[in-house]
Amino acid sequence: MSYYFTILSPTDVPLFNIAFGTSKSGGDGIARFRFPDAAQNTYMTQFIIHSSLDMLEEAQWMGGNMYLKHIDTYPPASAYISAFLTPSGTRFLLLHQPPQPNLPASGAAGAGGSIGSSTMSLSSSGMGGSGLFGGSGMGSSGRTSSSSIAANPTAPQTEEAVRQFMTEVYEGYVKTVMSPFYKRGMEIRSPVFRSKVSAAGRKWL
Amino acid sequence: MSHPPRRSSMLSTSSSAQTVTPSEKQVPPQPQLQTPTQSNPGLRVPSNRKTIYDRHLNRSRNAESSRASFAFLFGEMVTYAQRRVTGIQDLERRLNEQGYPLGLRLLDLLFYRTMSSSSSSALSSSSTSASPPNRPLRILPLLHLIHGPLWRLLFNRPADALEHSVSPDTPNEYMITDNDPLVNSYISVPKEMNQLNCAAYVAGIIEGVCDGCGFEAKVTAHNQPTELWPSRTIFLLRFGESVMEREKVLERAGVK
Repeated sequence: MSYYFTILSPTDVPLFNIAFGTSKSGGDGIARFRFPDAAQNTYMTQFIIHSSLDMLEEAQWMGGNMYLKHIDTYPPASAYISAFLTPSGTRFLLLHQPPQPNLPASGAAGAGGSIGSSTMSLSSSGMGGSGLFGGSGMGSSGRTSSSSIAANPTAPQTEEAVRQFMTEVYEGYVKTVMSPFYKRGMEIRSPVFRSKVSAAGRKWL
Repeated sequence: MSHPPRRSSMLSTSSSAQTVTPSEKQVPPQPQLQTPTQSNPGLRVPSNRKTIYDRHLNRSRNAESSRASFAFLFGEMVTYAQRRVTGIQDLERRLNEQGYPLGLRLLDLLFYRTMSSSSSSALSSSSTSASPPNRPLRILPLLHLIHGPLWRLLFNRPADALEHSVSPDTPNEYMITDNDPLVNSYISVPKEMNQLNCAAYVAGIIEGVCDGCGFEAKVTAHNQPTELWPSRTIFLLRFGESVMEREKVLERAGVK
């Protein structure tokens, strides 16, 4: 499972972003995205995540919850996007990509999918946990082993884990915002904030 | 991407480039290399190793600041805003601008506190439901949020009245009344400036809250003295066209 987390201001200015991988089930916490063109990894994640903003703005006025759950999917890369909206309109977006295309109908992914899976097998060779993961994902019965929040991105456990993560980041964000030296729309550059976010990622995702 | 350089020889340049980073708010000059989670030569933390991220946001929730020091500070803020000002309108605008960022912050703080202490009902009002606080989607919940929880956070009591304009021409106008605004209690306005109401600062806070929630609004403070309450102030909220349009759409969609 690979994650890309970004904070966008109400006027769509990126304030913070971080890529990380899962630390559960023997993951090493390094993001390994599978996209057709590996060189453009960062652009792709940003592109996918920003393209979900329209969905977010639609969901924003339908319910008053801060955590909007899983709002968008990008099937070609089997990327799932969850969103959290602070009351002041700042958006937290988390893109997560399970280690193996969750739906067996990956014909849509075409050539990209095949390349992606090959890179995946390369990268996962180092760690035993991930191999185990892929195996359970292959079964694709929806309910995989209890520890795998990663394998099924729309499962209630995943939603809950993401919600916990978002809530923890929100705490750090409020602390940032309360600083008198922070103005709305400024990039969050504090290394302490960054380490807090990655700690929350290790803890929940 | 924005990691400061790791070489300690770069310390001087990296620290000068980072002076606006929020975590470096309370920094003594000596560089402390150990942060709680990573060692990072570019970051200087206070000698007690506590950055703003290590402090709990609810620590000061029941703490109150002294009224005298607030009055003094606010007096200075008015004096500051009064410099090279062209008129009363301009002065009120400047006060409003000082309050605006505070409103944005308070909004997040208010929700954080409500969220982290859903068991206690101190901040949750009838409008924002108890356990998971909801973002206000319609005008009325927003006004209740301002009238109740926000006012309690700021002044330790709810505002005194909340009214909707009776005139059919101005359905976008709402009024929040405070009989005795704290900000005005130690301010005596000279006769020739009797239009001035320094609660424009509070109006700015309200405007920040409205804007933060996505309700574009202009908020102004007006004197409306009565015999009983000589400093009674009315905050007039004028919501923008877009807000009223959305309000209609949401009403049709049945969103509360």
